[in-house]
Parts: sequence; C-alpha cells; structure tokens
Amino acid sequence: MSAVDAAVDVHHDDHHHGPAKGIRRWIFATNHKDIGTLYMWFSFAMFLLGGSFAMVIRAELFQPGLQLVEPEFFNQMTTMHGLVMVFGAVMPAFVGLANWMVPLMIGAPDMALPRLNNLSFWILPFAFATMASTLFMEGGGPNFGWTFYAPLSTTYAPPSVTFFIFAVHMMGISSILGAINVIATILNMRAPGMTLMKMPLFVWSWLITAFLLIAVMPVLAGAVTMMLMDIHFGTSFFDAAGGGDPVLFQHVFWFFGHPEVYIMILPSFGVVSQIIPVFARKRLFGYESMVYAMAAIAFLSFIVWSHHMFVSGIPLSGQLYFMYATMLIAVPTGVKVFNWVATMFRGAMTFETPMLFSVAFVILFTIGGFTGLMMAMAPVDYQYHDTYFIVAHFHYVLVPGAVFAIFAAVYYWLPKWCGNMYDERLGKLHFWLSFVSVNVLFFPMHFVGLAGMPRRIPDYALQFADYNLLASIGGFAFGLSQLFFMFIVIKTIRGGRKATAEVWEGAKDTTLEWTVPSPAPFHTFETPPVVK
Amino acid sequence: MLLNARQKWLGALIAPSFVASSAVAEPLSKINLRPGATELSQDIYDLHMLILWICVAIGVAVFSVMIYSMIAHRKSLGREPATFHENTKLELLWTLIPILILVAMAVPATGTLIEINSPEDADMDVVVTGYQWKWQYEYPGTGVSFFSVLRTPSDEIYNREAKGEHYLLEVDEPLVIPTGKKVRFLITAKDVIHSWWVPDFGVKRDAVPGYVSELWTRVDEPGVYRGQCAELCGKDHGFMPVVVVAKEPAEFDAWLAERQEAAAREAELASKDWTLDELMARGEQVYARNCAACHQANGAGAPPAFPPLKDSPIALGDPQRHIEVVYDGVPGTYMAAYGEQLSEVDLAAVITYERNAWGNNVGDQVNPIDIVEFAKSN
Repeated sequence: MSAVDAAVDVHHDDHHHGPAKGIRRWIFATNHKDIGTLYMWFSFAMFLLGGSFAMVIRAELFQPGLQLVEPEFFNQMTTMHGLVMVFGAVMPAFVGLANWMVPLMIGAPDMALPRLNNLSFWILPFAFATMASTLFMEGGGPNFGWTFYAPLSTTYAPPSVTFFIFAVHMMGISSILGAINVIATILNMRAPGMTLMKMPLFVWSWLITAFLLIAVMPVLAGAVTMMLMDIHFGTSFFDAAGGGDPVLFQHVFWFFGHPEVYIMILPSFGVVSQIIPVFARKRLFGYESMVYAMAAIAFLSFIVWSHHMFVSGIPLSGQLYFMYATMLIAVPTGVKVFNWVATMFRGAMTFETPMLFSVAFVILFTIGGFTGLMMAMAPVDYQYHDTYFIVAHFHYVLVPGAVFAIFAAVYYWLPKWCGNMYDERLGKLHFWLSFVSVNVLFFPMHFVGLAGMPRRIPDYALQFADYNLLASIGGFAFGLSQLFFMFIVIKTIRGGRKATAEVWEGAKDTTLEWTVPSPAPFHTFETPPVVK
Repeated sequence: MLLNARQKWLGALIAPSFVASSAVAEPLSKINLRPGATELSQDIYDLHMLILWICVAIGVAVFSVMIYSMIAHRKSLGREPATFHENTKLELLWTLIPILILVAMAVPATGTLIEINSPEDADMDVVVTGYQWKWQYEYPGTGVSFFSVLRTPSDEIYNREAKGEHYLLEVDEPLVIPTGKKVRFLITAKDVIHSWWVPDFGVKRDAVPGYVSELWTRVDEPGVYRGQCAELCGKDHGFMPVVVVAKEPAEFDAWLAERQEAAAREAELASKDWTLDELMARGEQVYARNCAACHQANGAGAPPAFPPLKDSPIALGDPQRHIEVVYDGVPGTYMAAYGEQLSEVDLAAVITYERNAWGNNVGDQVNPIDIVEFAKSN
C-alpha cells in the first residue's frame, strides 16, 4: 500500500456530542466502536460458555468409562459446544473486529448503516439465550451434533429442537444484516484515493467474507425451515418413508457449511496479513496474489461441499469430482502461506504478542491445512471420516487458526481501542501457555483418530486412554489460560502505559487506524483522509 | 505387526515428544492407521503414508525458511529489512509446483477410489441394517438373520468392575464371513443414520434409512476384526460396536448350516405351550438385550425421554395395548417398532416379563399365538 496522508482534526470536534451515559449508551448504540466493543465482549462470553461445555466433554473423556455425565447429556454438550463456538464466539468476534476496524482502516466516519448495526448485534443475545435455555427444557437441548443431520434432528429430536431452529434463524438474520452493512461500508465509504486494490487486506478479507455470508446464511435458514416443516407440518423433505431423502439434508447443510468454515478463516487471513508486515518491518509480499487467493478460496468453497459426505453413499463420479475440486483449495491456500513466509524472509522482526500469535497461526493453521489435504483424498477419507482425526483437523484450523488470529488482533488493536498498552510480559506468558496447551490438547487427537476412535462418543475403548488423558490435561490448561487472557485485557483497559497514536513502530505507514490518537476518539474521520 | 523401517522412523519421530515414559514402546497402531487385513485397506494405508510424507516434506521446507528467518532476520541483530514485495516468477512457481504434486497424488487416489466403489461380481451378500443402537446382519436366501448387540456389561461402563480387554468393542453375536470370498455389504438403517465401519477392511459407509448403499471386502486372514458405529446416532452411539469374524470357507459353511437349523428350531417354539416361568426367564434375557439400554434393568427408565415401565399404565393395563406399543413402537418417540426386530416368542416373553417384573404383578401371560394374531389383525 502506498503511504498514507491522514488529515485528522479530531480536536475540533467539540460540537459533536459524545457517547450517551450509562446503559443507554450500549442499548441504543449506533457508533461502530461501541457496537464493535459489544460484539467483542459478547463473543468472549460465548467463548467461555462454549469452553465450559468443552471442559465437561474433556472431563468425561479423561478416563474410559462413564464418570460424570450420561451419554444423553454428553451429546448435548458436544452439540452446544460446536454451535456456541461457531456462531457465538468466532463469528461475532470477527464481526466485532470488522465494526471496530473497517471504518478506521478505510477512513470512514462509521459503518454505513448504524441502526441496522445496532439491530444485528442485539439479535444475538436473544438468539443465544433461546439456544442456551433449551438445556433446561424437558428432554434436554439439541443432542444431534452441530451438523444436526436429519432424521436424528427431526423425527428423533427432543422437543426443544424447535427453539434451536428459531435461534438459528435469529443468528442467520443477524449475520446477514451485519454482512450487508460491511459491504455497504466498504463499497461506499472508502476515503478518497483508496481504490479497491489499495484496501488493507483485513478489509478485503471481510468484503469477501460478507459476500459468503449473504450467499450461504439463507441456505442454512432453508435447511432449518425444512426441518421445521418435517417436524410440525407433515412434510417429508428428509424422510425416505415419505419420499424424501436424509442425504438431501447433508447436501443443503454443507452447501452452507463449507463456505461457513471459510467465513471463520478468511478474516483470520486478513488479520495475520496486517500484523506480519508490521512486525517484520517489511511490506507484505504479494498483496495482489493474496487478494486473488482469497477470492479463489471463496469461489472454491461453493463447489466442494460433498467432501464432507464421501461415505454417505454419493456416487463414484461425485466422489471423484469432489476429491479433485477439494484438492485444488491447497493451491491458493499454499500461495497465502508462502506469501507470509516471504514477508518474514529478510525482514527485521520483533516478536511482540500479536506477532507471536500470528506466527503460531501460520504454522498451526498450515498443519490443519495439511490434514485437510489428506482428508481431501477420498479413499483415505474412508478411514478418517467421523474419527478424532477430523476433530483434530478442524480444531487446528479453528483454535490455533481462527481463535489465535482473534487473540493476535486483540493484542494488536487493544492499545488503539483503550489507549493503554497491555503488559508485554503477561501477553507473552498468555501466548506460551496457549501455544503449548493447545498442542497438548489437539495433537494427540490425530493419533487416537488414526487408531480408530470415532468422534462424538462419551466413552472409548482402552487403547485410546493415554492420549485422551493427555488431551484432557491440555484442554484444562488451555481453558485456564483464557481466564488469564481475560485478566490481561481487563487490566489493560483499567490502566497501563499510555499508547502512542502509532502504537507499533512504523505502523503509521501501513494502515489508517494508526493515524488517529489512542484511544481512538468516539468520532473519527469526519473529514475523510486522502490516500495517495 | 511387522513394522517397516519407515513406520519405525515415524514412531521414533512423533511418539516420544508426547508421553515420554510410555509412548516410545507403544505399537504404532496406537498412533497411526493400520494397514489392515485386505488389499484395499493396504492400498488406503499406502496412500495415507504417501500423502503424510509429502505433507511432512512440504512442511519441513516451508517451516525451515520461516524459522531461519525468525532466527536470522531479527531487528535485535541490527537487520535492515529488505524492500522486495513481489516476484512474479517465484509466485508462478509456487502455484504450479503444488498443482503438479496434487496431480501426482490424485492419480493413485483415483485408482483406489474406483476399486473401493466396485462391489460387482461378489461371491455373497450380507445385508447390514443399523438400528438405535445395534446392528442387524442378514444372509439373503438363507433365512439367517440376527442382531449384534454390545456385550460389555454396564458394570464395566460405570466403573464398578475392571474393564475387559475388548471393552466396548465386543458383541454378543458377531457378523461371520468366509475368507477369500468377495463379500458385498448392502448397508441401510431403520431409524436414523448410522455408519458401519471396520477399520481393518477400509470399509466405512453411512447406513441411511430408506436407502441402500454397497461396499465390499475380501479378507484373506481368518480372525476377529473390530470397529464401531461412526455416525452420531443418538444416546448410545458410542455403544454399538461392529465385530466381524472371518472364518475359512468350510468353517463358515458349517456355521451357516448350524444357524439355519437354529432358526428352524426357533420358529417351532412359537407353537409350543409356554408356562409363565419359562416366558419370564426368556423375557428377562430379551429385555436385557433390547430394552434395558433405555428403560433400565430395574424398569425405572430415564424420564422424560425414556419412561419407566415399573408401575406404568401400559405394563399394568390392557395386554392388547401393551402388545401394540411394543410391536408398532410409538411414533415421534424413541420407542422403536419391535415387531420387525423380535420373533413372536421373544415378543411374548418380553411383554410377559414387563408385566410381571419389578413388582408389576399383573399375573397374566402373553403367548406367542397372541402376537401372531395381533400381527394378522394389524
């Protein structure tokens, strides 16, 4: 990106009112920074909730035998853990980052549609309150896995499934509204001179992600609506006895579900692509190919969905096509990894906490990518499918992948948000605790998966005992480390060394947010900066 | 298992870094796929090792450059950053090389995938049907059909007894197949989706209610092969193992003939006169195999999903209604239709048992003939 000339005159904004006082500030929030903050805290609360479900799972799997919970409840835990982490923790965290950073990075005063922004956030607490309340209903909460395959999720589901469907609808509406807002903001409100190919990569990643969201959230809505019809209105979309097809559900679900996993990883690519150049003190290598690679990944995500269904009985020709198409994803993903490495090569690197998390992201996400490539090979996937190898794979791309990118983003931008520097020693400690424990947690899952342990089981054969014990220890350590993260963030918000506007050495030359003071004033870029 | 040098090296590479004390001496089957017992499973295993090593090689190359940069190109060493930020030739190169690697991997994968999906010209068929939470095996044309249920006692699961060697991987009646023959599996389900998986055969296929899909195997070594249901299918998904015994063809034929005779004897039992005690004794066994997973051995159930049978209005009420519930199931609940799963004798026995166990002293008995008549009028 070219050098940036920001004409900021926030000090002459006295005629503008500041934030409302008390709770009204948050309930009626239309300011992108406030809404971003709401999203981030909501996401962290859901991260702890989903994490506590994971702790129940790891505690039950600590040893063979049933110790703590019954299988019925175990299934509710695996289901709710997945749903809460995907829809409650990871997605809202990235929407929060988009809210905070997209306007600041493109030199816009706010999001394009501030009231819609308020609505898309405030739907979420109600959606998740509805979803969580199912745990207390007669028959228990959803117990059919976050992928909710019919007919386990229709004919054989507990009565609370209707509330689950309603909650998914609400989340979908929230996501679609959020995505519309991001697209409207990026396409209409860029500062003069900021052409599309001058946009920061985080903004690019969100532009692409928002289109994915608009394309696939309605598909998810369609899937759950068909479920609702099957359960309450006598249709047979997914019931063979009435002329339907249970596998149809999987096609519809994964047509949503595969783009969905890229919805969770593309913004991570964006975050890491911002951070690595700053701490390598060197321009990002291959900016244009980064953009094209993300676009290619987004496109491919629509045409590979049945690789989740190699053993569901789809015809050989289908298996062959989906195998080839899926393998192709390795090409643009490889380009991104090579570009990050080339950016680091012959830089002048320092390793503050955001950089540590970004470097760990590149390594561990790549490991998750490798296992993804392995399971793209359909014949071998016959062995991997529905085992802990799959669990290891998607946790590698989602936890040290997406979640580490979120941690990196928080450490990177927190000084800009609250005006204080976090304690570097504590940040690094949080990194190392997370880095070690996440690997102790998820790496052994590769082993038990290959050795034949199916996923979503509350109890297991004795040969899987050692590595499950190890994974559980890693899980508890990783969980505790995140309470430490909360402590660090709160400590930083309450005080600490004052951050400069630029925060990171040389950051001013990369993106616009480092040209406004820290903390970023309530209103920024009311006069657009000029980008050369 | 014989380990080749590559496998040993892999084990030495990755095992010690984790459980240093015990893992070094552990067999690789604890941390890697098994080559299995068939040609197909061996092909799959070879493909797995091929792509694993390709990934390891790429990973070593990429991470080496990265780690070298992290060590050598630090600001604290006084490095000045370079200014390059693109190189078209390099970028083309690292787009094209991966494509070539992918093509090289796709070729053998295609061959194996076609082989897996070629169940034609089988020597014999077995119909595999998934139920919540057991497997039914049927040998078409022979009249032999039976259910295969977890044998691990609940005392082991709930840690009241030491766990046996094949904990959770043992069944009362395993599937039996002949060695050296191409066996085609016709896989389907009655309620929800299950997935029938035997790792040593490289065979895994979803059992989808209302649809039949096919896979096949040819096992050369006699032996016992264990697997599990791989698709979440409800409460006891973790408790429906797959056990297959491969026998020499002569032994298999003898086994099948014996099963056919036993089936004929079973059919005769329906016309026998049963006493209450006989029905109770048989009913207790049938109950333990089919009902206790949900309604519990003491009849207390696990409300609300699984109502108690002790003191229940159905078990204490009209026998016809009781038969109807067991025979047809209760739509919209977990209660399956057992009319298609159990013989008339077993149905009569288990209903009698439910009416007279745990203090449900109704005192009446339901005879096999009552079931036959119910089925006719149904």
